[in-house]
Amino acid sequence: MGQAYTPGLKVTNRLTHRCRRMLPIKGDVLVKVGDQVEAEQVVAQTFMPGDIEPVNLANLLSMPPEDVVECMLKQEGDRIEVGEPLARTKGIFGAFKTTYRSKHEGTIETVSATTGQVIIRGEPIPVQVKAYLKGTVTGTVPDEGVVIEADVTFVQGIFGVGGEAYGPIKVAAVSHEQELVADMITKDMAGCVIIGGGRVWHEAIEKAIDVGAAAVVAGGIDDQDLKEILGYDLGVAITGTEEIGLTVIITEGFGDIAMAERTFRLLKSREGDYASVNGATQIRAGVMRPEIVIPLTEEEKAHEPEPAHTTGLLEIGRPVRIIRDPYFGLIGEVAALPPEPQALGSGSKARVLEVKLGSGESVTIPRANVELIEV
Amino acid sequence: MRQIDPDKVSVILATDCGSTTTKAILIREIEGVYRQTHRGEAPSTVEEPFADVTIGVINSVTEVQELAGRRLIGDDGRIIQPATETEGCDLYISTSSAGGGLQMMVAGVVKEMTAASAKRAALGAGAIVMDVIASNDKRPPHQQIQRIRELRPDMILISGGTDGGGTKHVVQIAELIAPARPQPRFGGEYRMPVIFAGNKDAAPTIEETFDDSVDLSIVENLRPVLERENLNPARDAIHDLFLEHVMAHAPGYHKLMGWTDAPIMPTPGAVGNILQTIAQRQGINAVGVDIGGATTDVFSVFGCTFNRTVSANLGMSYSISNVCAEATMPNILRWVHFDMDERELRNRVKNKMIRPTTIPQSLEALVFEQAVAREALRLAYEQHKEFATTLKGVQQQRSVGDTFSQETGGQTIVDNMKLDLLVASGGVLSHAPRMHQTAMLLIDAFQPEGFTTLAKDSIFMMPHLGVAAQVHPQAAMEVFEKDCLIYLGTCVAPRSHGRPGRPCFSYSIEGDTLNESGEIEYGQIKLLPLGIGETAMVIVDPAKNFDIGAGPGRRVQRMVKGGTVGLILDGRGRELELPETRAECQRSIKSWIAALDLYPEEGT
Repeated sequence: MGQAYTPGLKVTNRLTHRCRRMLPIKGDVLVKVGDQVEAEQVVAQTFMPGDIEPVNLANLLSMPPEDVVECMLKQEGDRIEVGEPLARTKGIFGAFKTTYRSKHEGTIETVSATTGQVIIRGEPIPVQVKAYLKGTVTGTVPDEGVVIEADVTFVQGIFGVGGEAYGPIKVAAVSHEQELVADMITKDMAGCVIIGGGRVWHEAIEKAIDVGAAAVVAGGIDDQDLKEILGYDLGVAITGTEEIGLTVIITEGFGDIAMAERTFRLLKSREGDYASVNGATQIRAGVMRPEIVIPLTEEEKAHEPEPAHTTGLLEIGRPVRIIRDPYFGLIGEVAALPPEPQALGSGSKARVLEVKLGSGESVTIPRANVELIEV
Repeated sequence: MRQIDPDKVSVILATDCGSTTTKAILIREIEGVYRQTHRGEAPSTVEEPFADVTIGVINSVTEVQELAGRRLIGDDGRIIQPATETEGCDLYISTSSAGGGLQMMVAGVVKEMTAASAKRAALGAGAIVMDVIASNDKRPPHQQIQRIRELRPDMILISGGTDGGGTKHVVQIAELIAPARPQPRFGGEYRMPVIFAGNKDAAPTIEETFDDSVDLSIVENLRPVLERENLNPARDAIHDLFLEHVMAHAPGYHKLMGWTDAPIMPTPGAVGNILQTIAQRQGINAVGVDIGGATTDVFSVFGCTFNRTVSANLGMSYSISNVCAEATMPNILRWVHFDMDERELRNRVKNKMIRPTTIPQSLEALVFEQAVAREALRLAYEQHKEFATTLKGVQQQRSVGDTFSQETGGQTIVDNMKLDLLVASGGVLSHAPRMHQTAMLLIDAFQPEGFTTLAKDSIFMMPHLGVAAQVHPQAAMEVFEKDCLIYLGTCVAPRSHGRPGRPCFSYSIEGDTLNESGEIEYGQIKLLPLGIGETAMVIVDPAKNFDIGAGPGRRVQRMVKGGTVGLILDGRGRELELPETRAECQRSIKSWIAALDLYPEEGT
């Protein structure tokens, strides 16, 4: 067998990107098919049932739970404000009555004679979904959300932290190898998606947060730097909800590693254009990678797209990146695909391939330890 | 479902539908004995673009069909039943963990008592327990409610109160869950199954508390009195609802359910089932472990009590970074016999986390990965020991002899000295280049004491056999013994500590192929050849403070089993203590590696 399937990350100057923007529960869709939407425009909204607050009146008023119903001054379905009397004890011969004033506002949902507990439901919580992508609404799911489509430049990262963010692309590094350090972050990068080259240092990310940048994109990050930024050691790669002040996207991996040259060139070519980025990463079945999405301008749409790359097939001559030590991060091309499993240095047997590195050296690597790249 | 006459079953087909791979095995009766004859596998087809689990099933069965030269799939695309001389099978069964398995939330009144029993019931049924809500879990009610709202479980189990006791607290828990309206994973049309297995007197009020948005089932109390658990009715209800609700929402399962001759079981539930069957039939105590990329499952049967735990974030790829964070890097590196750069290692671990399918290429990478595995297994076993306890909250009958004992309820029932069989499965254990490595990983992580047989599940067949055990126990047992387990050998290890170089125990061995006697020093480990199918009588005389099962210094004589590794005499003491200085630790590890011939010499 001369071919094998190996997944790679998508990095392309032009594709038609489609994203589904759905509410967590049913609500109102605010746009219709054919509408042009901006990235930060709200396209659907709803209200989640408010938070609930249990109030144990039996304990608070020192009475048996079965007496609570009679002592209620408000009934199920009634509204209650903070400070308003909720219940009053009968007292002794009509005197020494004790009143409980509500500490919460909302609607009384239930009154339990078994536990003496009253449940107050707070105000409905608004939930809004933004378009995320500047483009055209091509479909709607009634009461749930929309599908938005646009021609975009699309770059998938390997790992990110932080959620959706928006801003113009600003390239801070002069080459795909240059490390991103604090001195390279300037005040004019406020609101921008900053593009670095090689490893990004935590001081640089902290300065980017200080100047109010929207996101930082770089080739690599040291684990220790990530720990400094997050304040904890990341255990599993399920991210997107971190609130560190911006979104960070890493395109290659952990350690001193340069951004793939093609990725850097592509992002540099779109400098100044408005991008939508999302750091959310989920490495589980149904993997989700971080992304940088830059809608094409009318002028760019008129250009011929780059020739399409066949992705997924490992063939002789295809460029690959080695993704495991001892050659981690090195790039080369497939020189041979021997069909029989071979013994590795570890003693295991596995199917391998030969990679000719840029230096001219040829190395044998397990097929599981390479990924395809596009150049 | 058809009635099965076990006496007329000669061909059994079993599949296990995992998240990524569907595995099929064929079991045939050959000269009166059931044997596993062929296996096949194919990618699972639960996700788009296929979205029909039966396609993966058919593909894996097709592979078996080709290998066995026996037609199993008919022209109608279904499994041929019953078997004839040349085609089909008499019995078709399946398990499933596709789509992330069964995810549950459990609730109880007291965390250590009814909530713990509910958790045991859910885990025993094969579920992943996402959270345990209890009246005394130290979270204020609004935080508990927030948590219930965030979780998207497939099912909820509520327990609390003993029969005839107070109803207030358990109703209070239900009153928190009902208005929180937990959203199921499968979207709007799905009615959340809620099982109530608490105080029977509270059942009518519980029924009033929940509205039609949930599908409430009321079963017998899982803790009717404090002194006794009654987990089976709740477990059965979980299995039924798993089929009715969760499976029914997974693409293609409806079709698959129509094909099988026994209810589809969650994979870990089936593994637990076979381990219980084997322990009961042979009258032994057994521990099984399955270490995966994201999670590690530990199953144990001690004195007929079955326990299962899932360590959700201890695994070798997706969760490898979490293992390093929980175990700490110094604890991992103590198993490595050469110097490594810690910063470099941290980056390597994170790179494995984000690209989980890579494999160790160099010996150095393998040694490090196996060091991580030791710690993942050790932590998972510790969690298991903490969970597998005698019932908490039970009054102890104390004698005068107990006056000075501090023991209360809730002691772990896991006793390594009483452990007879330790079974390993999961990539890092099953695919280790040398089985000696698998054996040493098990010994270092689980630290068995006394005499313990070590084995590995050859091709992860335990799930299939777990379901088979329900409909055809004889076939399941015979295949388990003959084809499922690969015996690695036996570990002999006394408890206690001594001084390095001083005698730990003396031994004398008599067998057909092995006749030897000698002495093991404290800190020493020795491997003796005792092959597959071979047995030997071993007499051990421990030094005066060492215990091999009969008390300090007392002789024990046992028949032991050989295997692909052999007989391991472990004088390193229990609990295992590694030297504190890095250099001394490396020296010890090197000597143990040499004694067991763990790695090729180059690079060590």
